[in-house]
Amino acid sequence: MSVEKLSLDKRLGLNKYEIDSESHIEVDKELCEKCEAKPCLFVCPAEVYKLEDGKLVYSYEDCLECGTCIIACKGMGRGAVNWKNPRGGFGIVYRYG
Amino acid sequence: MADEEKFDVIVVGAGLAGSTAAYVLAKEGLQVLLIERGRQAGAKNMTGGIIYSRVVHEVFPNFWEEAPVERAITSYNIVFLGENSAVTLNLKAPGMGKPPYNAFSVLRAKFDQWIAGKAEESGATLVTGVTVDELVMENGKVKGIRSGQDELFADVVIDAEGAKSLLVEKAGLRGDFKPEDVSVGVKELIELPEEAINERFNVGGGEGASYTLVGYTKGIAGGGFLYTNKASISLGIVARIDMLAEKQVKVHELIEDYKLHPFISKLIEGGNVAEYSAQIIHEGGIAQVPRLYADGFLAAGSSACLLINNLFTLRGMDLAVASGAAAAKAVLKAKERNDFSASSLSTYESLLREAFILTDMEAFRRTPSLLNNRRFFTVYPDLACSVMEELFSVNPAPSEKAFKVVRRHMKGKAGLLDVLKDLLEVYRAL
Repeated sequence: MSVEKLSLDKRLGLNKYEIDSESHIEVDKELCEKCEAKPCLFVCPAEVYKLEDGKLVYSYEDCLECGTCIIACKGMGRGAVNWKNPRGGFGIVYRYG
Repeated sequence: MADEEKFDVIVVGAGLAGSTAAYVLAKEGLQVLLIERGRQAGAKNMTGGIIYSRVVHEVFPNFWEEAPVERAITSYNIVFLGENSAVTLNLKAPGMGKPPYNAFSVLRAKFDQWIAGKAEESGATLVTGVTVDELVMENGKVKGIRSGQDELFADVVIDAEGAKSLLVEKAGLRGDFKPEDVSVGVKELIELPEEAINERFNVGGGEGASYTLVGYTKGIAGGGFLYTNKASISLGIVARIDMLAEKQVKVHELIEDYKLHPFISKLIEGGNVAEYSAQIIHEGGIAQVPRLYADGFLAAGSSACLLINNLFTLRGMDLAVASGAAAAKAVLKAKERNDFSASSLSTYESLLREAFILTDMEAFRRTPSLLNNRRFFTVYPDLACSVMEELFSVNPAPSEKAFKVVRRHMKGKAGLLDVLKDLLEVYRAL
């Protein structure tokens, strides 16, 4: 019996989500492109924010709604992330918490 | 708008602070609307802590008889993690396993439904699956809330939305949070049979253990926690947001490294991860607490950044309950005067002092900087482990006296002066 690491994808796959058709996250592209630090890439515990061909993409469906990106983007980036609470009932549904 | 559509109080968020406030207010006959954005109370909540019992007992006497608590914590541990070893400070206190208890492990999805149920029982109206988007303001006064196209009005809005504290910001009561004052905590819920937990943690049925873990965080300010639930373990790690970004370390990888540490893997092996959750934690202490009230508005629980960390105890949930109750009492006093202005609601601050919340936060105002001293989460845990390992080892070589061993291990890591300075800092902070 030994303990193994779990990939992030596997862990997110264990969670229950009610996925909305519209995103609760918006990113101001112009501001984001000017941002060199891009702290969102490192601080988000669900890796919602990723770079694809040098451009920021985000998968709001995986969001754990913790609020880390709001603080990191405002305080260390350019404030391009506009994060709102998902519409009522949508998003992460913790079964244990 | 007709009078009957106006509530006495609207409470945003059916977590511990919000449901407690709604419970106290409705019990006194006020018309209370409790709004929760999750499908049910608790759906958006997770904890990286234990709930201290006594303060909750004051509001909900003998709550443990009916609330879904997991285990009464009787084993308290502080663990310094080295590369391959660990030094543990352990308190076993069987007396804490009896009423009124000291602390319980809880899982919020269940516990928050119970406490929201108490608010409903006392007459509050709970609506779930509704997100509050904005405050309705009029001449700088809070008049109600907006959700989508709907507006609802009340004499007072109590904001208990949680750590993101978005409405407090909209009410103009706080500036931007600083990344160095806020940590992100991630947790894995690991299922294990009840008997395995009893054996592994050497606890009786219904009793449990809590661990504060220091070190092994790749130089990031923070630490870990491990709590036993009835048939699962909560394992988590907390890391400062600015340092994660600067060092480009990912917190979801830190927790996986943690699981492979021999001290931790022995405790969780054979378990199945069932959930992965995250939350921000305001670690700035009293300096981070926003203004707590405005005209027609109060903030309670973690939306008001109420948290006390003195290394031995990390209090958030019981402060949420206590501040929810204090907010409710402040509203009841304001109602007697029929004056819901900021100056009338300022009773809230005195009530938080009387409940020792703000006074304790002031007393421990130096702990945030102590916990940010890098030697505490990098040098000392390693040092404790390597020194102890040597002191407990026997080799066919001449032995050194303990102090010499300590000095040799300190070389290049911490000077004697640093240690003295740090000891003074501990003395002042704790």
